[in-house]
Amino acid sequence: MTTSRSRRAIGAAALLTAGLVLSACGARVDAAGAGAPAAAPSCVDTSGNEIKVGFLNSRSGTMAISEKTVYDSLSLAAEQINAAGGVLGKQLEIVAEDGASEPTIFAEKAQKLIRSDCVAAVFGGWTSSSRKAMLPVFESNNSLLFYPVQYEGLESSKNIFYTGATTNQQIIPALDYLKEQGVTSLFLVGSDYVFPQTANKIIKAYGAANGIEIKGEEYAPLGHTDFATIVSKVRDAGAGAVFNTLNGDSNVAFFKEYRNLGLTPATMPVISVSIAEEEVGGIGVDNIVGQPVAWNYYQTIDSPTNKQFVDAFKAEYGANRVTSDPMEAAYTSLFLWKGMVEKAGSFDVAAVQAAAGGVSYDAPEGTVTVNGENHHIAKTALIGKIGADGLIHTEWTSGQPIEPDPYLKTYPWASGLAS
Amino acid sequence: MDVLVTQVFNGLSGGSILLLAALGLALTFGQMGVINMAHGEFIMAGAYTAYVMQNVLGAAGLSLLVSLPIAFAVGGVLGVVLEATLLRRMYHRPLDTLLVTWGVSLVLQQLARDVFGTAGVDVPAPAWLSGPVEVLGFSFPRTRLFILLLAVAAFLALAAALRYTALGRRIRATVQNRPLAETSGISTRATDRLTFFIGSGLAGVAGVALTLMGSISPNLGTSYIVDAFLVVVVGGIGQIRGAVIAAFLLGVAQSWIEYSTTASIAKVLVFALIVAFLQVRPQGIFTVRTRSLA
Repeated sequence: MTTSRSRRAIGAAALLTAGLVLSACGARVDAAGAGAPAAAPSCVDTSGNEIKVGFLNSRSGTMAISEKTVYDSLSLAAEQINAAGGVLGKQLEIVAEDGASEPTIFAEKAQKLIRSDCVAAVFGGWTSSSRKAMLPVFESNNSLLFYPVQYEGLESSKNIFYTGATTNQQIIPALDYLKEQGVTSLFLVGSDYVFPQTANKIIKAYGAANGIEIKGEEYAPLGHTDFATIVSKVRDAGAGAVFNTLNGDSNVAFFKEYRNLGLTPATMPVISVSIAEEEVGGIGVDNIVGQPVAWNYYQTIDSPTNKQFVDAFKAEYGANRVTSDPMEAAYTSLFLWKGMVEKAGSFDVAAVQAAAGGVSYDAPEGTVTVNGENHHIAKTALIGKIGADGLIHTEWTSGQPIEPDPYLKTYPWASGLAS
Repeated sequence: MDVLVTQVFNGLSGGSILLLAALGLALTFGQMGVINMAHGEFIMAGAYTAYVMQNVLGAAGLSLLVSLPIAFAVGGVLGVVLEATLLRRMYHRPLDTLLVTWGVSLVLQQLARDVFGTAGVDVPAPAWLSGPVEVLGFSFPRTRLFILLLAVAAFLALAAALRYTALGRRIRATVQNRPLAETSGISTRATDRLTFFIGSGLAGVAGVALTLMGSISPNLGTSYIVDAFLVVVVGGIGQIRGAVIAAFLLGVAQSWIEYSTTASIAKVLVFALIVAFLQVRPQGIFTVRTRSLA
């Protein structure tokens, strides 16, 4: 998904300092990358009773708000796997690194996890910029990254497994839902960076093919806090619904403004793709109750597997904690890796890649299956509504898992988008 | 006409938010030349004060009003602690001050993360502030009207205090000529500390108001600190009325440009306007006339 709130210039000297830090990090990554041979032999040690895996999440900086939750659910998954006998009889030994909300640090720490710690696989990343920064590191070292967040699609690497939704598993189902509800016009509001821009391209192409008029399109800089003008424009345009791809704290300001101007889900619903259970509390239930969201997992899913997951999570981290889609996707990713390794009978990257296709796991969201071609997973789309309890309740479901299609090749109206 | 009224109101409202965030800074930055990067975190402390008060008192209508003076005290105490422990030692080293206060701001953010958690929290607007007021067919959000009034009230109170009280006279004397103020028997140490208390306290008040507008999270302050400095620099360092004019000018400019372009372009153009303005008038809208040779 997404990126952090913008790093804003904090005065000339602060910028200078930050610039120095950044360029220093960049230099180190480059040096390490250049120093490593093109396809260095893997240094993963499989001789002992333990196998190392890396967790790489931002536990400091602006993204810590989101990524700490992913780290928590990854830790829970590792604990459960170890308690049940580990992977191929080996206990997982976690090497946790902090990505510090900086793409360059993600790349640097990924390099460290692969080359110095010799981990068998890395789990983590959140922003698209962190994933893009890590991609060449995993490709040049031929190692594996499991990325747990929904994102803008148009990517497929043999060294990355994407366990969050791609666009045809989240955005297109959201549009199908709106169409079924009789919505004939949309207003697009998003943060000004890659995910919303790409998502809106897809939405506009879908609209053109399905007779949905786009009444307006507005982008706010990341971290934007004053939505008076944008919400005035939304109100005056009078669309049937708003498609919201805002990220982070901007959502809070947007929804407060929306409600303060007297707009409601009944008159003009706002469907969001970046607001999960964790974010509802910060926005304020009153400001967002009744609004629809699109994901593949909600804490309220009524299944024994999900109940176990939610209960275990609350037992570990406290009864007031909630579980959300990216957390579930991260939790699932560790079990999927376990499934791949056990199917391959080896921790070897090439063997795991060869075995990946068809590996399936009974996840809290339902059964998911790895696509061996594009390394995404088939998952069911769910449209939910935010309830007065602050949780999200399923309103609509795609009924069955949707095959991942990151380049939207199976949608005739989307031809030309992937170029 | 509709657009004119709406956008002028949105601009004034945006300006009032800028003014609240910058008013305290106009005092500390202007009075003592202290570049306090932790000012944004004092705003954050004010916002969390409103959150705590709401949990203590329950009733949202009352707790918001009660929070205002308490947040003033919280912000003020934080400011005095910072002044007494660190800033006092580096009044003539602006670059060191900048780095030290930036460090303090990071520490305060992490502290907030550890105490209140990484996820944002919510302070619901009281019933008497939710929804819009309809005037002649236009709807104005009550929260924005409240903030506008609060900003104007805070400015008037500060201006009156500076003009009519003994403390205000001491502050103005110290700003205009520190050595002469000292030789006249003014304790500039005590004046500095009090000024810092008031300036930081105003940040706390701003924090309470901002709970009505946006998110309350540990990095709340970083969203406002740059804009606050811009307002002070454009207004003219050490000038309260300059800050008022600058805040409303920037607010209206932002909302007008944003209406006809986009939010991102408006931000860029406003920055460009500021740069151009400072080329012509580097001292800002107003300057302090001083007889000191320094």
